[in-house]
Amino acid sequence: MISKGATWNSNSCRIKFARRFVSALLHMRNRNTRPGSLTIEGVRTHTQRIKIAAYLSMAQAVGSRRAWSRAVLSKHGSRARRHSRMGRSSVGLKKTRVIRSYPPGELGQAKKLRQLVPGGKTMDMCSLLEETAHYIKCLATQVKVMQTLADNFSK
Amino acid sequence: MSSRRSRSRQQTGSSRNITDEQIADLVSKLQQLIPEIRNRPSDTQVSASKVLQETCNYIRSLHREVDDLSDRLSDLLATTDTDSAQAAIIRSLLSQ
Repeated sequence: MISKGATWNSNSCRIKFARRFVSALLHMRNRNTRPGSLTIEGVRTHTQRIKIAAYLSMAQAVGSRRAWSRAVLSKHGSRARRHSRMGRSSVGLKKTRVIRSYPPGELGQAKKLRQLVPGGKTMDMCSLLEETAHYIKCLATQVKVMQTLADNFSK
Repeated sequence: MSSRRSRSRQQTGSSRNITDEQIADLVSKLQQLIPEIRNRPSDTQVSASKVLQETCNYIRSLHREVDDLSDRLSDLLATTDTDSAQAAIIRSLLSQ
C-alpha cells in the first residue's frame, strides 16, 4: 500500500503526537515532584524518559499502520503498559525466524540504514525504503513539535 | 500459534521480482525528503548509495536533535512551575 506522495496528513500526525507527548510530559512531571529527583542520576533518567516518551508518542500516533511504528511499540510498549510480563505474544511476526535472502544492490549503505530504522533488520529492500521515508517525515515532525515546546517554555 | 501468515510468503515471493526500476523510484522519493540533497543546486542525478548515505546521516542528526531537545525539556520541566508550564504548552499547541 503505497501512499501517493503529497497526501500525507502531516497536520493530524503532528497534532496526535503533540497531544500524546504533552500528556506524557505532564504525567511525568506530576510523578517527579519528589525532592530527590534533582540529582545527577535523576536528571539523566528524566532525560531518558522524555526521549522514550517522545519516540513512543510518535509511534502511538502513527499506530500499527507502519512496520517501524510496530517495532517501536513492541519494544517499549510492553514496558509502559503492562507491569507483569505476560506470556502471550500478540505480534507473531517478530517471533518467526525467517531467513530471508536479501535482494542484492546497495548492500553496504542499506546495512547501516537497517540499524537506524526501527524494525529495519527484517525488511526487504523495497519496504525498507518506504519505511525510511515515512520514518524520516515523522522524525522531522517530532523534532519540530519538541522544538516549539522548548521554545515556548523558555519564554 | 503458527503465525506463518500468507502475507510473509507473498512478500518473499515478490521480493525476488523487485526490479531496479522500483528501487530507483523509491530512492528518488527518498531523495526529495532529505534537505541536504533537495537544496543542492546541481541538477545531476545523485547516486543511490549517496542517497542512502545522506539518509543515514540525516536520521542520525535527527536522533541527536531529539536527544538535545529531551535534555532541554527535562531541564525546563524541572524548573518551571505548573502555571507557566501549562501556559507554555497551550501557547505551543495553539501556534502550530
